[in-house]
Amino acid sequence: MQEMIRNKALELLKTGKADRVLAWRRGAFCYDVTPALFTDPEQLQKELVFDLFCAPNLSKSLIAESKKPGKTAVFLKSCDSYSLAQLCKEHRVDREKVYAVGVECHGTCDGESLRAAGITAPLRARAEGETLVVDTLYGEKTVSKQDALLERCRCCKSSRLVDCDEILGRQGEEHDSTRFDEVRRLQAMTARERYDFWQTELSRCIRCNACRNVCPACSCEKCVFDNPASGVENKGAANSFEEQLFHIIRAFHVAGRCTDCGECSRVCPQHIPLHLLNRKLILDANDLYGDYQAGADPDSRPPMMAFSPDDPEPDVIYGRTQP
Amino acid sequence: MQVTTDFKPTIVAFCCNWCSYAGADLSGTNRLQYPANVKIIRIPCSCRMNPTFLLRAFQRGADGVILCGCHPGDCHYTTGNYYARRRMTQLFSLLDFLGIERERTRVEWVSAAEGAKFAQVMNDFVATVTRLGRNRRLEDLRCRK
Repeated sequence: MQEMIRNKALELLKTGKADRVLAWRRGAFCYDVTPALFTDPEQLQKELVFDLFCAPNLSKSLIAESKKPGKTAVFLKSCDSYSLAQLCKEHRVDREKVYAVGVECHGTCDGESLRAAGITAPLRARAEGETLVVDTLYGEKTVSKQDALLERCRCCKSSRLVDCDEILGRQGEEHDSTRFDEVRRLQAMTARERYDFWQTELSRCIRCNACRNVCPACSCEKCVFDNPASGVENKGAANSFEEQLFHIIRAFHVAGRCTDCGECSRVCPQHIPLHLLNRKLILDANDLYGDYQAGADPDSRPPMMAFSPDDPEPDVIYGRTQP
Repeated sequence: MQVTTDFKPTIVAFCCNWCSYAGADLSGTNRLQYPANVKIIRIPCSCRMNPTFLLRAFQRGADGVILCGCHPGDCHYTTGNYYARRRMTQLFSLLDFLGIERERTRVEWVSAAEGAKFAQVMNDFVATVTRLGRNRRLEDLRCRK
């Protein structure tokens, strides 16, 4: 796949179909893959990578790239393609100036998810069917691929590539996903237990703003959290609510627009399961206002931008959780 | 959570200019009683209610927040309260998911003619929040006086 992507990128640059290529580059470690912008074919040939560790979603970078003159080619996994479609729908990205190439994806992992599966100091990893063979400093190890994948990939909602100009590999389809199971488990807890759960999780927040910066839906030019007059722009000392305030606002601001790409949880240095807040809002909107997947259909109306006179009253939600 | 009889909760009521704000006025001219710890903030429509207003109120020491708007179908701007209803449903759902007491937030539809309903809603809400006691789960220590 990496060769296919490199060749395609070179072809796009050489034929002038694109002026820049947005893809991935390896950092210091094998699992340390970052987004990279290539204009030089030689550098691209040397540095462009595509493997299991290409987890970063490149769609958000297109907001800035599509403002430059010329065309940007970008490689998108299925969840990234949902984000791009959503950004185009919100007129944040000029679709005319993007050449989107969808790539077949079989799940991604990172250093943290490997560590959680019991593998430390990885040097190289390759998938062989359902197992992952990892060369580490301590010799070769194998692990079940399902265990080593990122949480979002273990319960992948869809491997369909949306709104791409071209597809490398096979087109995927939507899956019957188990992604709401954890939300339902929390809903079955009592309010006190839920409060304690979130207190434990959210009090670890260091307010690094990584979740906000990486989120393709969180792309306001002026952010409410950048306002020094708000008093919430940085972390409060020994305070419990402050983190919740940040996370309530963050999750609510992407309600109806979140494509559930899972980047927020992936980048969180404190491993807070932030995607659960987004998924709770998606689950509620699906159940109360009809199924909706942000980014799946450019013509559909997002639930928070629509209404029906027959909508239930707000207290309907209390029947869905334990008091 | 300690409930004392002399606990007076701080209640913030966001009221739509075209209905419940006038409803509050009517309940006053009708000399109907409702507790003085309800602080009314006038907004042009219930859909002006930004979720951060509600959070800000809690952060600054409110014990309960209530949003009052026109009955569905009667919005001065035709459809504002329908949007407000969806937004508040999602916001309350998120708060409930985080384990915040569900009785601290409420949405009520009160028209300009319903002075009696306004007083009754406020009496009821204040009684509910008084039973709950001080807001501990959503407070911000930096803002405590």
